Amino acid sequence: MKELVVISGKGGSGKTSMVAALSQIANNPVLCDADVDAADLHLILSPQVKESHEFMAGHTARINPELCTGCGKCVEMCRWNAISADFVVDPIECEGCGVCYYFCEQGAVEFPENLSGHWYISDCRFGPMVHAKLGIAEENSGKLVSLVRKEAGKIAEANGHEMVITDGPPGVGCPVIAAIGGASAVLVVTEPSVSGRHDMERVVDLAAHFSVPAMVCINKYDLNQSASDGILRFAQERGVPFAGRVPFDPAMTQSMVKAQTLFEYDPDSPACAAVREVWAQVLKRI
Amino acid sequence: MIISVASGKGGTGKTTVATSLALSLGKNAQLADCDVEAPNAHLFIKPEFEAEETVTMPVPKIDDDKCTRCGECEAVCQFNAILTVADTIMTFPELCHGCGGCKAACPAGAIEDGKRTIGTIQHGRCNGLDFVHGRLRIGEAMAPPLIRQVRSRVTPDKTTVIDAPPGTSCPVIAAIKNTDFVLLVTEPTPFGLNDLELAVETAKILQIPSGLIINRSDIGDSRVAEYAAREKIPVLMEIPYQREIAEAYSRGEPVVEVFSQWRRRFEKLYADIQNLVAGRTI
Repeated sequence: MKELVVISGKGGSGKTSMVAALSQIANNPVLCDADVDAADLHLILSPQVKESHEFMAGHTARINPELCTGCGKCVEMCRWNAISADFVVDPIECEGCGVCYYFCEQGAVEFPENLSGHWYISDCRFGPMVHAKLGIAEENSGKLVSLVRKEAGKIAEANGHEMVITDGPPGVGCPVIAAIGGASAVLVVTEPSVSGRHDMERVVDLAAHFSVPAMVCINKYDLNQSASDGILRFAQERGVPFAGRVPFDPAMTQSMVKAQTLFEYDPDSPACAAVREVWAQVLKRI
Repeated sequence: MIISVASGKGGTGKTTVATSLALSLGKNAQLADCDVEAPNAHLFIKPEFEAEETVTMPVPKIDDDKCTRCGECEAVCQFNAILTVADTIMTFPELCHGCGGCKAACPAGAIEDGKRTIGTIQHGRCNGLDFVHGRLRIGEAMAPPLIRQVRSRVTPDKTTVIDAPPGTSCPVIAAIKNTDFVLLVTEPTPFGLNDLELAVETAKILQIPSGLIINRSDIGDSRVAEYAAREKIPVLMEIPYQREIAEAYSRGEPVVEVFSQWRRRFEKLYADIQNLVAGRTI
């Protein structure tokens, strides 16, 4: 079983549209949406939820005013300034470290586990799909990312699927690190702009840091030909396989508006031919 | 006044808006790029960097001779950053959140604050605009502590624009909390709408007044505009899709510097935000 994780560094470069399109042309894949913070793949793949699970992670402190003597130790020890002068915990600022809970001599601090979100096992028209929804303003997105990937892997192993395709989050921090660790390869989708280039270099470095093989493809490559050439040169210099380039094509947006993959919306569009070529390159390398 | 620029979905035009708004404010303004995972504002502002600082987080440093292997520190740690196995004590600094619980719990006084480098902060200027951004070290997982450090570097008496990261979880909260107004930038597509709804909920939880900018306003459908009307979120600007704008963006050229009509529109945007924050109608 192989897992391809699609990432980009910069958001909005076309990761989810690419994953939706690949879902259709891949042979019997399991789909996984690891962008749990702002999940969008379900908007195209319209999964039918078969199993819904609560995601419990982390704790938040709560001070019981009945037991609190106002000694101030918790306020003094909290490194997040999460406790007000009148001993109320701001749940948004609370890091869940438990220092106030452990050191309160009155036992006035409660420390319940958080319901941080939900995760789902579903069926969509291209195969099984594992996805999740992190609660707003919640932490622990990395743990939820690891969880959905693990579950997608289990389904693939149990049912003989050869490939998991994972839609990754933007950035290079905790959720991305959780999304790429142990993957067979990452496909970096970038765009020919100063921002796309800058952030692509950071995720290529990140993949190298965690020893995950990376490939690069360019979306909307014709928007700035010289920037695209620069990305290609960068990939060659860094020894990162170049998986192809997709032209700017209004079909990308129009298919999303219709909740269709690119291939469902217009199989003859220039972008479709290019995505097929990217997929062929990915299969050669992974 | 601090105006944060956020979006939910990435790539909707946060940096375009944040840089153009900051540049249109003239002197006595500052721009803080808090998207420390993918900082891009400097590519448009092109500041001359004057100073760089390394940002660290406290992590436990255990004195092996003083440590009695009692396991109190491990019991306190919520993040599995300390492990005692038989006669050995191990720390995993990359998992540490820096709460100081282990140090406080240690009866032998064997734990001191060590340091883990999480990134850098760079300061610069461009035509009177103060610029600051954070760059998360590659391989570092925790963006919020660095974002909070970037926030702490802004001067309170200047108008500040904050470029926030995408999403709705802890890094976004760290970037937009306690700002006076949040400008939500979206695009009129199903992804844009879905993530806008999450961003609006985030702003509500933090009790920050918000306004909307619809970028590439003619590429999708009308559901974002309908949602904004329903939720009574003022639409402060619409930026149509123009290939020239996209090309200028791709080269790192701020919209207000390439198209003079946009400078006036961003000045009007700032006036509208001032009125909304003061409780006046626009």
